[in-house]
Amino acid sequence: MLTLADVHTHYAKSHILHGISLEVQAGEVVGLLGRNGVGKSTTLKSIMGLVRPSQGRITFEGRDITGLAPHKVAHLGIAYVPEDRRIFKLLTVMENLRTGLDRSGVTETRRKALLDKIYESFPVLGERKDQLGGTLSGGEQQMLAIARAMMLEPKIILLDEPTEGLMPRMVSQIRDIIARLNGDRVAILLVEQDVGLTLGASSRCYIMEKGLIRHHAPSADLKANPSVIHQYMGV
Amino acid sequence: MASQTSGKFWIIFLTVVAALALVPLGLPEFWRKFLTEILIWGLLAMSSDILIGYTGMVSFGHSAFFGLGLYGAAAALLMLRSPNLWIALAVGLAAAALVAVFVAYFATRLRDIYFAITTLVFSQIFYVIIFTWTEVTGGENGLYFSQPPFALPGIFSVRFSTVTLHWFVLAVVALSYLALRRITQSPFGMVLQSIRENEPRTRAIGYHVERYKIVAVLLSGVFAGLSGTLYAIQHRFAAPDFVFFTVSGEVVIFNVMGGMGTLVGPVVGAAFFLLLREGLSRFWAEYYLIPLGIAFTLMVIFMPQGLLGFLKRRVNQ
Amino acid sequence: MLEQILVQTVNGLVNGMVLALVASGLTLIFGIMDVVNFAHGDLVMLGGFTGAVTVAQTGNFWLGLLVASVTIAAFGALLQITTLRPLIGRDPLTTIIATFGISLVLQKYALWQFGPTAQNIPQPIPGQFSLFYLQYPWYRLGAAVMAGAIIGALYLFLRYGKYGIWIRATTQDRVMAGAMGIPVPLVHTAVFAIGSAMAAASGVLFAPLAAVTQNMGFDFTLRAFIVVVVGGMGNLGGSILAALFISLLEAYASLVVSPSQAVIVSFVALILTLLFRPTGLFVPTPK
Repeated sequence: MLTLADVHTHYAKSHILHGISLEVQAGEVVGLLGRNGVGKSTTLKSIMGLVRPSQGRITFEGRDITGLAPHKVAHLGIAYVPEDRRIFKLLTVMENLRTGLDRSGVTETRRKALLDKIYESFPVLGERKDQLGGTLSGGEQQMLAIARAMMLEPKIILLDEPTEGLMPRMVSQIRDIIARLNGDRVAILLVEQDVGLTLGASSRCYIMEKGLIRHHAPSADLKANPSVIHQYMGV
Repeated sequence: MASQTSGKFWIIFLTVVAALALVPLGLPEFWRKFLTEILIWGLLAMSSDILIGYTGMVSFGHSAFFGLGLYGAAAALLMLRSPNLWIALAVGLAAAALVAVFVAYFATRLRDIYFAITTLVFSQIFYVIIFTWTEVTGGENGLYFSQPPFALPGIFSVRFSTVTLHWFVLAVVALSYLALRRITQSPFGMVLQSIRENEPRTRAIGYHVERYKIVAVLLSGVFAGLSGTLYAIQHRFAAPDFVFFTVSGEVVIFNVMGGMGTLVGPVVGAAFFLLLREGLSRFWAEYYLIPLGIAFTLMVIFMPQGLLGFLKRRVNQ
Repeated sequence: MLEQILVQTVNGLVNGMVLALVASGLTLIFGIMDVVNFAHGDLVMLGGFTGAVTVAQTGNFWLGLLVASVTIAAFGALLQITTLRPLIGRDPLTTIIATFGISLVLQKYALWQFGPTAQNIPQPIPGQFSLFYLQYPWYRLGAAVMAGAIIGALYLFLRYGKYGIWIRATTQDRVMAGAMGIPVPLVHTAVFAIGSAMAAASGVLFAPLAAVTQNMGFDFTLRAFIVVVVGGMGNLGGSILAALFISLLEAYASLVVSPSQAVIVSFVALILTLLFRPTGLFVPTPK
């Protein structure tokens, strides 16, 4: 469904991605592991159109989306949950959700159904729906960021380090959300530092190092052979 | 290698100066004066380039320096029984320097857009004061005064003719150019450019960015004041119009069109603009500003290095 | 003496409301796309002329207001698409210089299109009432009320409704707004159009009070800049308060000095704000 072929991306004058090739099939959870600074976030940003690749191709459902403007990428069915959450701090929780919900073609009943589903998965958002996003705790903001992406009813969600800085209780909530999304046939490209979570949630993983994919294997194999992980991540 | 290009520079420079000195001899009176004026505005443009082009600080208030130089010289020429060229220059420069001190203070506290707006407001303050303080400045009607002779007291005194005044202005502007060129190519000038490129980094390396900015503003202001003083000497007339924003705006146009950060570029920009205005306004009156304004805007967007831009960067090096 | 102060208070508030209308457009535009629109005052001027021409031909003030706002909104959108879109992401200094160029063109265009004579619009609300020792035109109050109504409408639009959310989200984080499917380039153009419409409307509201001249734009731009900086750039509520504040200061100052000198007060206010509370007088100090 989503394919990256030999993608090179520059950020200012630095050459970050040196030819990334990966793919995500419909409904799959795919992990992207690697140490800090290897270019995992830049990969997601390249897909989303937030940075423009200098070389290579990104294809989604057969359509070339390389360098496409972010809002058009979103309309095609790709949602993005960035590393620093980046919820709209001066908008209420409800308004944050509406940035994804207020699309054309969404009937009143669908709206209600989507909202109910979100409030069920994230009850705290329902409680705080008229509060400003900036007043939420870190974990709540992460929930909101994911919920907001879900409002787009995307075919794939690009999740960038969702468990960073979260308490263990919230981490397991994230784990549940990922499982639930997987159950709803939403594909996920998961960038994470938490190796255990990633291996548990995904069916296969790519490992990146210095802007390149160095290894690619089913998660089960990686779980069985942790030495590979140690080699690339020093963990 | 360095002395070769330096030799080449001197040849070109002296040729240009000689040409500028000789050309008026063959021109009708109006164009002689016009050429002198181009030099004066060119000096103003150069002074502004120190800030905009080299330090990266856009000033919308150069009319204040120019105007204070103008009115300062006017004051000196009006108040002395026998008008003295050197005192006029000194007073004009002092007045401009005083204003520059104020602006320098702001320069260290404000950045970018806020500095630009403040310089604009600041020069408007002077405009309002000069416009309304009619008893001292003559208000709207301006001040008329006489042209001082070229004199060394007690030794000789010669009245300026159009041509000799032109040579005097040319000498002042040429010397100013050499001085500014020397400064911008010195380590000091390099630091200024480093501030323009990346201020936090320059600060991190250990430079007192504030001090450099202060000196840059003082330099810019003094040379701008010098151009105002020369204008006073040439035209024997001072008016609030010269302190109004239009002058500041035109200076920015000279800088952008000619090429920022090149010193020569703004002079060429000034010449280009003034010649164009003179030529086009015969056919189109004020409407010449429509195509010019469009060209200017397009240059800001698509050609920020200006007409001469990177070409001239090589001559200066 | 007290009466004079009260009269000037009314004057200050009336002028302040019209100025607030101009400044809110400017601050809205800056907040969302970092464009400091040097040509904003010229949009006021063009709005005034367009309105004057419409009123002269149809005799209807409200039609003039509508036509001017819509025309200049469309014009602003065109301007943004052609000259400002390439500048997105460049620093505000470049945009101020570029819009300065545009300002020159607009002024001379107005001269060409509307001629050199000043134009007037007759007051749509005739008559005067006694305000202490003065005969005060009803229209002045009317203009202030209308300006307030337009600003109020803008506030409601931003606060509620899908497009208001789009605009506010894009203002806060244009990258993330795009990632959420909000068509950011379109939002930018729309906001510039709205800002231009507000400028044009203030031109029409202002015209019956004084004549519309080809070079009145600079004064408006300068005032609007001062208001926007004192109010906090991008801060809508702040610029309204700042507009009232600055206008009141000037009104009181004109009791002591001549009106052309009173303007220095607002200059000083700007400089003091930048020196001591650079984020804006009416903005809570950032942590």
